[in-house]
Amino acid sequence: MRGTKNSESVVQVRGLVKRYGSKTAVDGLDLDVRAGTVTAVLGPNGAGKTTTVETCEGYRRPDGGTVRALGLDPIADAAALRPRIGVMLQSGGVYSGARADEMLRHMARLHAHPLDVDALIERLGLGSCGRTTYRRLSGGQQQRLALAMAVVGRPELVFLDEPTAGLDPQARRATWDLVRELRADGVTVVLTTHFMQEAEELADDVAIVDAGRVAAQGSPEQLCRGGAENTLRFTGRAGLDLGSLLKALPDGTAAAEPLPGTYRITGAVDPQLLATVTTWCAQHGVMPDGIAVERHTLEDVFLELTGKELRS
Amino acid sequence: MSTGTYAPKPGAAPVGRMIAAQTALETRMLLRNGEQLLLTVIIPSLLLVLFSTVDIVDTGADKAVDFLAPGVLALAVLSTAFTGQAIATGFERRYGVLKRLGASPLPRWALMASKTLAVLVTEVLQIALLTAIALGLGWSPHGDPFSVLLLVVLGTAAFSGLGLLMAGTLRAEATLAAANLVFLLLLVGGGVIVPLAKFPDAARSVLELLPISALSDGLRAVLQDGAALPWGDALTLAVWAVLGLGAAARFFRWE
Repeated sequence: MRGTKNSESVVQVRGLVKRYGSKTAVDGLDLDVRAGTVTAVLGPNGAGKTTTVETCEGYRRPDGGTVRALGLDPIADAAALRPRIGVMLQSGGVYSGARADEMLRHMARLHAHPLDVDALIERLGLGSCGRTTYRRLSGGQQQRLALAMAVVGRPELVFLDEPTAGLDPQARRATWDLVRELRADGVTVVLTTHFMQEAEELADDVAIVDAGRVAAQGSPEQLCRGGAENTLRFTGRAGLDLGSLLKALPDGTAAAEPLPGTYRITGAVDPQLLATVTTWCAQHGVMPDGIAVERHTLEDVFLELTGKELRS
Repeated sequence: MSTGTYAPKPGAAPVGRMIAAQTALETRMLLRNGEQLLLTVIIPSLLLVLFSTVDIVDTGADKAVDFLAPGVLALAVLSTAFTGQAIATGFERRYGVLKRLGASPLPRWALMASKTLAVLVTEVLQIALLTAIALGLGWSPHGDPFSVLLLVVLGTAAFSGLGLLMAGTLRAEATLAAANLVFLLLLVGGGVIVPLAKFPDAARSVLELLPISALSDGLRAVLQDGAALPWGDALTLAVWAVLGLGAAARFFRWE
């Protein structure tokens, strides 16, 4: 087994191009995944997330560029790579007539040093599936089974394609907890998602993917800090004199009234700026209703980078 | 689960153990599926009993069961190796089972080997059951068991190739419909319960080239007439096996 140092890139994608017929799904994508981290590939449907991950898993042959996972070519070195990775597909992957525990035990038997299946079943709450076959399991149970199948072989690197899609909030949290436990034990996790909250909560690194390219990559904090500014919103009387307000505010601050009576101040929103705004309002006899400071989220960053909403 | 539970310790199981596990799972899936059992067990058994005891088709044999038992054994091989395998594999492809296993340590050749072994295990169970029923109906088989074995193995290879070709190229629903239709047509036109001698000469010369006809005719030559290995039938099956498996290997799509 290769040693993996923390600084090492366990997934390295360079200039990946993948076309399906005339449609270009991935268009010159670069991605680096550091060992022992959780990396979220974030983007809307159709951005190329699944194609990218499936190329790393060896399912797709690149039309251009190179892909390495654990230093291996996913297609040429498939036999060496497969035992070392765990894969959760976006859906399916289980015999419709198989029971959850039966399928999980089977996956365990294909590996040399699998996890304790009973403990994993209990950890993911799959014990309640009993003798029910896969096709009759709930969507959440099917998702948890697929997750269990991805980790049962004690892989070094796990790919999770939309692991929490369709889960209720409680089940989503349980999946996040497992991902954190994997990272704590030294497993590298790559997951795709279109929930920015998931990326913010879970990921050490986020790659924002749009139209087959990485628009930005970094920690959630870096992306939120580096990209957009913060926003202060309030409502009041329509038609306030924003020119007068701007004079009171530091340079580089912008003020707008996108809807009558709704105001948006963007810039370096700090306590001093907030105090300046409320003082100005008091001087002008305005009650700033619903005043709120919005920290920029990955969703704002995404909107700024791509001009698109993350979730339609 | 405590800290360190998920600490990486990857590795593939020995390939023999993987094949054993995969074969056991595939066999369980085949035997658990009600529709499959209808095709592989119930229909052949009913045909054997019905046509042996009720004089519907003039088989030309002293005892109808002596004609029917080899044909029904051929039908059993067809039902499992072709129809059952095509339908099951078609839906496994559709539901991403083949895809998911493709990312597991199990090599593709080992998956196909396991599928073949599962088919053979199922056939052994079918043949045991149908032989017991036929013996109960007064069947007196002749011939050389090794010739029977060779014909069954060649027939399995031929039907598996055609079944996998269908499963790996058509949509699952199309495979379901087509595999059942082919089963029915071959049941009627493949010398299983209706002697090919009943058909007009022109039709007969074409029908004789079908793998089901070769298998039922070959098994009948050995088991009913005590003939030595029927080389013509064996050759026909071998040609179908090469064509079917070759085309399946060439055109099979895993997703």
